[in-house]
Amino acid sequence: MKLITAIVKPFKLDEVREALGELGVSGVTVTEVKGFGRQKGHTELYRGAEYVVDFLPKVKVEVALTDEMVESAVEAITKSAATGKIGDGKIFISPLDDAIRIRTGETGSEAI
Amino acid sequence: MNEIFELQYALDTFYFLMCGALVMWMAAGFAMLEAGLVRSKNTTEILTKNIALFAVACTMYMVCGYHIMYADLGAFFLSGITGDGVTGAEEAATYAPSADFYFQVVFVATAMSIVSGAVAERMKLWAFLAFAVVMTGVIYPVEGSWTWGGNAVFGLYTLGDLGFSDFAGSGIVHMAGASAALAGVLLLGARKGKYGSNGVINAIPGANLPMATLGTFILWLGWFGFNGGSVLATASVKSANAVAVVFMNTNAAACGGLIAAMILARLLFKKADLTMALNGALAGLVAITAEPSTPTALQATLFGAIGGVLVVFSIVALDKFKIDDPVGAISVHGVVGLLGLILVPITNDASSFTGQLIGAATIFVWVFGASTVVWYILKATMGIRVSEEEEFTGVDIAECGMEAYPEFVS
Repeated sequence: MKLITAIVKPFKLDEVREALGELGVSGVTVTEVKGFGRQKGHTELYRGAEYVVDFLPKVKVEVALTDEMVESAVEAITKSAATGKIGDGKIFISPLDDAIRIRTGETGSEAI
Repeated sequence: MNEIFELQYALDTFYFLMCGALVMWMAAGFAMLEAGLVRSKNTTEILTKNIALFAVACTMYMVCGYHIMYADLGAFFLSGITGDGVTGAEEAATYAPSADFYFQVVFVATAMSIVSGAVAERMKLWAFLAFAVVMTGVIYPVEGSWTWGGNAVFGLYTLGDLGFSDFAGSGIVHMAGASAALAGVLLLGARKGKYGSNGVINAIPGANLPMATLGTFILWLGWFGFNGGSVLATASVKSANAVAVVFMNTNAAACGGLIAAMILARLLFKKADLTMALNGALAGLVAITAEPSTPTALQATLFGAIGGVLVVFSIVALDKFKIDDPVGAISVHGVVGLLGLILVPITNDASSFTGQLIGAATIFVWVFGASTVVWYILKATMGIRVSEEEEFTGVDIAECGMEAYPEFVS
């Protein structure tokens, strides 16, 4: 099992959710986050004075998957979240030791 | 004939009271505007200051302010105010004396409201209220006695004789409030982080622009009472006409100010800065307040527009001098208040440029000087600024012990 953590542009969230849904992914956790990458921040003007926005708003999508689904899920996220412009985000894949469904007590791939 | 006079008396008094109520509502406008332009961690405290200063202003003006302003020295607590305003059918002022107090007192509160915005986010609550006691009980009434009260300035000269004219208080109310604010800000210092090394000016964006916009709309509405009520009567063809012109011009100036400030902000900063547009509308209103009864509607719009342009440059300039004014009160009410006074002789032949300048200087020197002394005494005794840590945490928790938007409390 793997845990995919994708950082995407907020306005792309609906498309990512739809693409994952089409693959049959049954659960996703979403968090509003802020951060910077190569896009860095940008400056804005407020009443004539500059202020730097160091951290840009992004959405973190976490999804737990069986190993065989990882490749297609990564492809789906990459396709749906891409704009081609800087700041499209990243996907991190990490091993997942176990998962437990709280209601039934099922574990492993049964639980995701 | 007597019945017509009684009707006129009743209508004028009613009009006066309703205009006073509109001006009272401006306190809500200031509260919303200031709450919108500070950071969310300082919201509760600025709201507390705004509503508390209103109560302090009304109480102090009742205790001694009204008597100082209208030359009834030695009297206190509005003695004799409940009587009849009519002594004969030829009486000029056709309204109840207590209505006059009510209309005057809400102006005092307006002047004090101006101060709270400029010193926001870093001044101690109780030091501010202590200043409010002196400002509304003595400093403003003394300056008011020289202008609307008609008294000689320290027995030396009389502003009215010099051709000074300030219809509803561009100078007497707005510039006076801003002068007190400037004195406070100079002794208080800028918010931490506002000015960096090497002349860097950091923006500290306001937390709630819907609230700031609502506040501006409320002030705009209240201003019809502020200027319209200053006609002092409505129950005759002549005064009704004057009231209508004042309403028209007040509105026109606000529009001119907003449009000019918004376009200028777009040209200077490349984006439509809402806060500048809001300040522009208020600048237009302040600019026309010194004389809303004689300009044409076009002149009023242009006067407002000049105010709107001036306020944007003034806000940027004050930042260069490191005078930190979170809501732009010193620019809107002080700089444009002065502009309003200077514009009066263009349309009002009864006033003169020298009279206006001497009047403006008199108001500024007195209010700024007296305020500096009071702020200084407060600074030396109780202190006027919260600690650095309290400023970082936010004065809501430090001064009021509660947040405006509490989370995770259950």
